[in-house]
Amino acid sequence: MLAHLPILQVVLPLLAAPSCLIMRRPKLVWLFTLIVSSIAFLISVALLQQVMESGPISYELGGWEQPWGIEYRIDELSAFLLLIVSAVSTVVLLAAHTSIQAEIAEDSQMMFYVLYLLSLTGMLGIISTGDVFNVFVFLEISSLSAYALIAMGDGRRALWASYQYLIMGTIGATFILIAIGLMYQMTGTLNMEDLSRRLPDVAHTRTMYAAYVFFVVGVCLKMALFPLHLWLPNAYSYAPSIVTAFFAATSTKVALYLLIRFTFSVFDFSFSFSTLPLQPVFLVLGFLGIFVASTAAIYQKNLKHLFAYSSVAQIGYMIVGYSIATSAGLMATLLHLFNHSLMKSALFLALAAVMYRLSSVQLSCLQGMGRQMPLTMAAIVVGGASLIGVPLTIGFVSKWFLVMAAIENGLWPVAVLVLLGSLLAIVYVWRVVEVAYFMEPMPGKDPVKEAPWSILVPVWLLVAANVYFGVDTRLSVQIAQAAADSLFGVSP
Amino acid sequence: MLLGVYGLLSASFFVAMDAVDVAFTEASVGAGISTILMLTTIAITGRSELASHYRPTLALILVLIIGGLLIYGTMDMPYFGFAEAPANLHVSPRYIHDSMQEIGVPNLVTAVLASYRGFDTFGEVVVIFTAGVGVVVLLGLPGRRDENDAEIELINTSMHEQHLVVRIVSKVLIPFILLFAFYVQFHGDFGPGGGFQAGVIFASAIILYALLFGLSTARRIINQPLVQLLSGVGVLVYGSVGLVSMLNGGNFLDYSVLSSDPIAGQHLGILLIELGVGCTVASVMVIIFFKFADRKEALHYKPRETK
Repeated sequence: MLAHLPILQVVLPLLAAPSCLIMRRPKLVWLFTLIVSSIAFLISVALLQQVMESGPISYELGGWEQPWGIEYRIDELSAFLLLIVSAVSTVVLLAAHTSIQAEIAEDSQMMFYVLYLLSLTGMLGIISTGDVFNVFVFLEISSLSAYALIAMGDGRRALWASYQYLIMGTIGATFILIAIGLMYQMTGTLNMEDLSRRLPDVAHTRTMYAAYVFFVVGVCLKMALFPLHLWLPNAYSYAPSIVTAFFAATSTKVALYLLIRFTFSVFDFSFSFSTLPLQPVFLVLGFLGIFVASTAAIYQKNLKHLFAYSSVAQIGYMIVGYSIATSAGLMATLLHLFNHSLMKSALFLALAAVMYRLSSVQLSCLQGMGRQMPLTMAAIVVGGASLIGVPLTIGFVSKWFLVMAAIENGLWPVAVLVLLGSLLAIVYVWRVVEVAYFMEPMPGKDPVKEAPWSILVPVWLLVAANVYFGVDTRLSVQIAQAAADSLFGVSP
Repeated sequence: MLLGVYGLLSASFFVAMDAVDVAFTEASVGAGISTILMLTTIAITGRSELASHYRPTLALILVLIIGGLLIYGTMDMPYFGFAEAPANLHVSPRYIHDSMQEIGVPNLVTAVLASYRGFDTFGEVVVIFTAGVGVVVLLGLPGRRDENDAEIELINTSMHEQHLVVRIVSKVLIPFILLFAFYVQFHGDFGPGGGFQAGVIFASAIILYALLFGLSTARRIINQPLVQLLSGVGVLVYGSVGLVSMLNGGNFLDYSVLSSDPIAGQHLGILLIELGVGCTVASVMVIIFFKFADRKEALHYKPRETK
């Protein structure tokens, strides 16, 4: 059975989704989903171990060898991402039952878990596969379920947010499909490894340039890179809190994974960075994203909006690391990818607790909550500190490596700008702290109790991870380093 | 209406490009079901768009740039039908020459989509299943009904009661449509067809019935929770074939190990997965139609309470 782990990783949640239809009771379905997600997490741990010990794993679906059949290929990078996605999904699910019961009508709760599992399947499928068309199929699964999940949120505004995301996401997916079609036309293959062998011969044709541009724009739409981020803040704000916590930590990361995968493993590395002016474009967009989105975050009155804009800014940091285009830069990106999903899942899950007690996440509602909900607010403070990059949290680790990578390459301005970006983060995090701890509770409002344990425990699990990986960086750094090295190893 | 014409035209276009299977799907989905769904939506929302002063100049420029880029991309493309094109030289020769020995199915398209690239097809089925679940979640939610009743322009649906000829003719036709769906389902190995097309044709028979005889009559036959369950069963059947081949010592979806003779195994596997595909596609189509129509009925018949 061990040889089948790569496919079980994806097929298990996939088959679990329709199985939920048989069980009708929400609590039962939730338990089942949680168990499935935990097994997926265990599988990803096993896969990561296997990959770190003995190199990439290849699995031929249907027993047909590539390029005729579809191949699953797990290397350091995909194993790392699989671990992140399945871990976040499992922890978030712990809190799901309590939070969902408060936010979604009883009779559509079962469908919620079906869609959740499908979304998880889609993301895991994108990460595992070594076939570009298969990427598109699973992208469709994850996006369709994402649109439906977001629309389940807060009334009409959620529908509108989901509709905006649907239009943008569909354009992104279509662009990716056009790119895949053009690539197939020029090479006759869909397998990533085979493509990387055959693409250099046709790299300097206009068709390939067009394919590359379509791909990059499509993926950036999905990733919400500035200025294509407009769908993200509303989609995150009006979705059910659990969905926000899950997506904020995973979905944009999966798009970033695709970008890295295609630039390093499918297209030639030198094609992406020497032939086309990718580096200056991404550096500029990354920094614009950091500054514009952070500034926008400062002016938000809705906490979910605030942290959603901060997510756009954090994507900017990852893109900056990526466009430094060295092993160290890429490693900083991957590390920040890991760290950011821990921060944002902790923060948004804490917001789910706020939502549960206050039924609102307006900043003004938080007045005096530092005393009424001490544990939840403390979690937000630690998450926020991590977002700023305070030492002893994971945010510090990833910024440290990012600045180091920039300095190594003599890009001093980049290092300075990264630090300036953190100052903006201090401003928006401080606003939350100020309201929660230094303002008196609004007169005439009944004091509320601390959030229930079923939400607090997963929140604090994530907060603990935020601190733990900030102190003991061996594990995350080692894996990110291995992944970055392996990508640069194939394409020197 | 134009959309339906477009669907039919592109179906004939696909025939001209020798993609008969795609043409088949396009004819039934593009020209048939999506037109009906569009009409239902229009019936719910009203015919005319709200007047808007928005001038999308920027969008037009963007569209022009993208169109230009697409044309730019075609400049270095191999000519259409060029025998030496990479797409014709790399993986396809094996599909064309060896699939008969390896899979034993005369229809190449079925061989590729059900066996060589069977996992993609599995993914597509899940996409359809996801779409069905999404529609159920969005339209089936209680409390979303009777919003803005008064604003919505209603279209007279009792019109069909006058169409006696159409009713009788379709009553005669429906058994044959169903029979044809089964033919397409099981004949996919040999000619154009397969689970996707069969599922849509099967669903279109039910939709035709519902259109002409009213939803309440159709609902007596179609049990919606059961249909929802069936859409999941299709995915499960497909997945179980994969799991069984895994238990028999092969890789996921390796049909050769399903039977002692690899060719017989491939046949069995393809037959089973096509059944799964047909099951999911047909039930999702029926679900989507009923959800749309239910919503319309909820808006339309509430004042009258009769039908």
